[in-house]
Amino acid sequence: MPPEPAPGNVEKRQTAERHVHQAVQHDAAERHVQGSAPYIDDVREPEGTLHVAPGGSPAACGRIRRLELADVATAPGVVAVLTARDIPNVNDVSPVAGDDPLFAVDRVEFQGQVIFAVVAETRDAARRAVARAIIEIDEEVSLVSVDDALAANADIMADYAFRRGDAEAVLAAAAQRIDGRLRIGGQEHFYLEGQAALAVPEEGGCYTVHSSTQHPSEVQHVVARVLGIADAAVAVEVRRMGGGFGGKESQASGWAAMAALAARLTGRPCKVRLDRDDDFIMTGKRHDFIAGYRCAHDLDGRVTAVAVDFASRCGYSHDLSSSINDRTMFHADNAYYYPDVAIHSRRMKTNTVSNTAFRGFGGPQGMLFAERLMDRIAWALDLDPLDVRYRNLYGTGDRNITPYGMTVEDNIAAEVMRELETTADYRARRAGIAAFNADNTVLKKGLALTPVKFGISFTTTFLNQAGALVHVYQDGSVHLNHGGTEMGQGLFIKVAQVVAEEFGIALDRVKITATHTGKVPNTSPTAASSGTDMNGMAAKNAAAEIKARLAEFIARDWQVPVSTILFGDDQVRSGDQVLSFGEVVKKAYLARTHLSAAGFYATPKITWDRPKATGRPFFYFAYGAACAEVTVDSWTGEFTLDRVDILHDVGKSLNPAIDIGQIEGGFVQGMGWLTMEELVYDAKGRLRTHAPSTYKIPTARDVPADFRVAFFDHANREATIYRSKAVGEPPLMLANAVFSAIGDAIHALNPAHAVDLDAPATPEAILFACEAQRAARGG
Amino acid sequence: MTRATRPLRFLHRGQTVEIDRFQPMTTLLDWLRIEKRLTGTKEGCGEGDCGACTVALGRIKAGRLVYEPVNACILLLGQVDGCEVVTVEDLAEGSALHPVQDAMVRHHGSQCGFCTPGFVMSLFTLYQDGGAVTGGREAVLTRIAGNLCRCTGYRPIVDAALEACAAPAGDVFHAREAATAQALSALADDRDVLVGDEASFFAAPRSLDGLCALMTRHPDAVLVGGATDVGLWITKQLKTLPRLVHTGRVAELRQVVDAAEGLTIGAAVTYAEAEQALAAFDPDVAVWANRLGSVQVRATGTIGGNIANGSPIGDSPPLLIALGATLHLRRGAAERSLPLEDFFLAYGRQDRAADEIVTHVVVPRPGPDDHLRAFKIAKRNDQDISSVMGALKLSLDGRRIRAVRVAFGGLAGVPKRAATVEAALTGLDIDDRAACDAAISRLADDFQPMDDHRASARYRSLVAVNLLRKALAEIVSGRRDETRISHLRDAGHAA
Repeated sequence: MPPEPAPGNVEKRQTAERHVHQAVQHDAAERHVQGSAPYIDDVREPEGTLHVAPGGSPAACGRIRRLELADVATAPGVVAVLTARDIPNVNDVSPVAGDDPLFAVDRVEFQGQVIFAVVAETRDAARRAVARAIIEIDEEVSLVSVDDALAANADIMADYAFRRGDAEAVLAAAAQRIDGRLRIGGQEHFYLEGQAALAVPEEGGCYTVHSSTQHPSEVQHVVARVLGIADAAVAVEVRRMGGGFGGKESQASGWAAMAALAARLTGRPCKVRLDRDDDFIMTGKRHDFIAGYRCAHDLDGRVTAVAVDFASRCGYSHDLSSSINDRTMFHADNAYYYPDVAIHSRRMKTNTVSNTAFRGFGGPQGMLFAERLMDRIAWALDLDPLDVRYRNLYGTGDRNITPYGMTVEDNIAAEVMRELETTADYRARRAGIAAFNADNTVLKKGLALTPVKFGISFTTTFLNQAGALVHVYQDGSVHLNHGGTEMGQGLFIKVAQVVAEEFGIALDRVKITATHTGKVPNTSPTAASSGTDMNGMAAKNAAAEIKARLAEFIARDWQVPVSTILFGDDQVRSGDQVLSFGEVVKKAYLARTHLSAAGFYATPKITWDRPKATGRPFFYFAYGAACAEVTVDSWTGEFTLDRVDILHDVGKSLNPAIDIGQIEGGFVQGMGWLTMEELVYDAKGRLRTHAPSTYKIPTARDVPADFRVAFFDHANREATIYRSKAVGEPPLMLANAVFSAIGDAIHALNPAHAVDLDAPATPEAILFACEAQRAARGG
Repeated sequence: MTRATRPLRFLHRGQTVEIDRFQPMTTLLDWLRIEKRLTGTKEGCGEGDCGACTVALGRIKAGRLVYEPVNACILLLGQVDGCEVVTVEDLAEGSALHPVQDAMVRHHGSQCGFCTPGFVMSLFTLYQDGGAVTGGREAVLTRIAGNLCRCTGYRPIVDAALEACAAPAGDVFHAREAATAQALSALADDRDVLVGDEASFFAAPRSLDGLCALMTRHPDAVLVGGATDVGLWITKQLKTLPRLVHTGRVAELRQVVDAAEGLTIGAAVTYAEAEQALAAFDPDVAVWANRLGSVQVRATGTIGGNIANGSPIGDSPPLLIALGATLHLRRGAAERSLPLEDFFLAYGRQDRAADEIVTHVVVPRPGPDDHLRAFKIAKRNDQDISSVMGALKLSLDGRRIRAVRVAFGGLAGVPKRAATVEAALTGLDIDDRAACDAAISRLADDFQPMDDHRASARYRSLVAVNLLRKALAEIVSGRRDETRISHLRDAGHAA
């Protein structure tokens, strides 16, 4: 059992700040536990609301020979049936490339691709009517897997590469070479609230859309595009999502557009809430990858050259695959220096749903490859994999330039790992595990300690901007709004802490309000872990602007220098003159002071020249390390995670309770991806694991009782919001330690042979890898 | 129906709700969310796998008021007859949160909050029955095995549960227990529940005679045990089932008779009710029981339903077949019985007429020379469907294998015995490892499994052989700790 107190019981910290750096509970926590925090489907429906259900393609690829919807239209409760012909403007709901039709026309390109939708009086009536459609497809051979697409040379976009030095030459001349291939599975988001949108027609051809989306501005643009109306005629509101994880970044737009189209055609409010199976089948997932690699290294285990070829399943359209695959390349180094390097990426077109953003955004796949490389080198040289990892870390003065030309200025990977090595008692446990493995034939234990280094900023540079809107009312209460969305990650409370801190007022004086395109326009998605960094700064800037006006006013009123005015403890003071914040606000209002401000923030320092593959795409890096111990049953392939130690860098935590939640939750989600979550498509491109009955995410028992999580508590070297660091995505990759630990356990069956284990490490994958070890030993 | 019938009646928010008209396929979740506008209870999957829709049902069992968690998304409204329905909206008293809710808030147990009401309700039932007082962390893990959270990683939820439930101080539900019990007793009667007409009805007869008569008149009616499968026909397959007959009120089908020679388990006995008696057979059965569905599923799903629907991957048939169970059926007044394995004819086909009713199963108790092993292979420990489910009962005469019964699910279109392996093992010296291994390898003659999304044929074949090797190795060594990862060794003190 863990001796330390549970990490979530974060004590109130003794700091100079009253709100920031404090473990404040999630703003909606009390409503969550009472079921009184409404999600889209819980909002009381406007009178006359209709329900929309989509009808998808039964086949993965081919021409639509027949689409017979007469029976659908006459089904009980049906009000309208929508197809592409009903779209007044552009049949496209894509984020970038213009290649995602709302309704397929003539051809379908994946099983489940939406062809029509039913609008009915009840959701049940709509769903039952959908089943009455007759759809006949002239099926063509579909490309389902990455292998299929590679064999057909079906690239959906141009390939891309980072190169430094002459990796091929070094590889050709190398004495120590490792070649291999790693297959990395995809992942379904399984946000607990599925995709949902409610569109309400307003006067003058306007629409209000309530959407469960991470990207309200994009929903606005897509709805306007499909309906052929001005962006300004569409208002999108998001109070909360029941989870997002990237799955509602680009792929919430289509459902909102479908609801809006239905609303336009019927003149009534219309709601879409996907059935879970439809959500699995019709929305994109994490990209699965094949990483083919060659590596040269010296006898100490230091990499001298790496050449890696990534190929990913993008699905039938572009979606965000360009940036996602770029991020795989940006993170193919994880925390390691590759002297001569060639990182090549192919983005494959398949007849499957268009894969999309998912926490880590391509990074996890690149980093898993890097960890496999370290394990392979260690196995080849009979070294402890941890020592190989240390030897390959980026340096602090030299060996610190990434394959894309960015200097790593803030490298703390070694410090984090050394500290965790000590606190996790790595060396002693390594010896204990060796003894256990010598004594056991069926059960084998494994241990691994792996680092995380994750680049923070959108690599699409223009997205690194955010806005906020702050109003101060006459009673001194504050209305807070910003462009970020709340999906459970605690963004709203963190930004509220920042604003309360800035004004020096109680947290409950700051009213958190729903994200709304009418309040803050042109927002970036809440993604890339950037929500707090950017919206926190924008809100701070807005509050600071109002505060400056208040200070200027009261200084004048009191006839003191502005520099003497202090805000704090719900008061404004200068020397012995004191008024409550509310009193100052009231006086300022009567003196005709502007008490509202729009704040803005653009991340500094970042540049990226994609054609030249050079620049500084990231403002900074977030670091972390995890140590995992597993026991594998080498006869069945089952495993158990016995203990996990995590040390993670969140800079100076803005909210330790929220940040611990992100670390633990991210780790467990990553563990699910790497061990049990398996997307299985059949040969015809039909997803066979399309519900939680067949697609398994971790449950409470999969999380070890011995789970020790701590912060690496140092301020961000960059001037971020209160020197904190982004925390949404980086912890997911801590789970790479679990995958490496499983490999380590299997390796014990035959230390002379490198383990060939792909992700996810299901019981089947583990047992086959065990069999291969035994076979290589000769029985 | 000849006997006096009555409408649906249940307790909700302290009031008796009586409903004399509803569509038979209506789920409890739809009634709550659409009819009553109580949207605290969420739909996450619509198939009873995520637990976001968890509500508590209060019932009198063995003279005590018991609250059990159920998945409202696949529970038919008619099934709540005679129960108290408690939802997440009912826990807080004004602005005072229930201790479970309060602990969840203080431990930061919610992030997006969508799964939270379901967790709160599962933990509410744990608070009520005190399962965590003795069972501790294991009891918590078991209680929330059917609740998926995608945000938190569960640790804060488990901490909150331990704090609130390991020493429950008592809440208003405890305080008004007697009043609730009295109200529930007032609802109990021997009348048949019938809502609807001949064309479309929900019926819950009280007696076996009444059930048989009803099925004779309506052989096309669908028999519903716990609806953990039939519920999905409605929510996922969108079938139209106008006539539904629920077995849950039939007194004769609700009995477990625990006798020296074995157990008699009525068809409408839930997994939860059967598992306590069965688990005493062997630690493996306790583990098996803990991994069968979730607490929500076990509170409603029935042994009879699991057998009658004939799934090749149901978890109970392989174990019951290995134990040598006999199945009993009744059609009209005609009764018959057969070895359980003979009931499963082919994939999707059972030896049961449309109007025939599975009444009970008789399970012989293993003797002192019998060794029992049960193994479930799945991608996830909890609440998963088996890729392979294997069970073995091996009877020793000294060191000689006198008799052995081996049954597998997931290897064929039906749960099936490994006849060749059984014959090959019989008579061998259990310490003759080479001979036993050779016998086990004959499994390929018994089964030619299939590839599907749960596992490949190759894996199924390999792991099935290894499970038999493991069973024999354990029987020889007398220990399981060298061959089992920790949570498969015993079910702890889980409630």
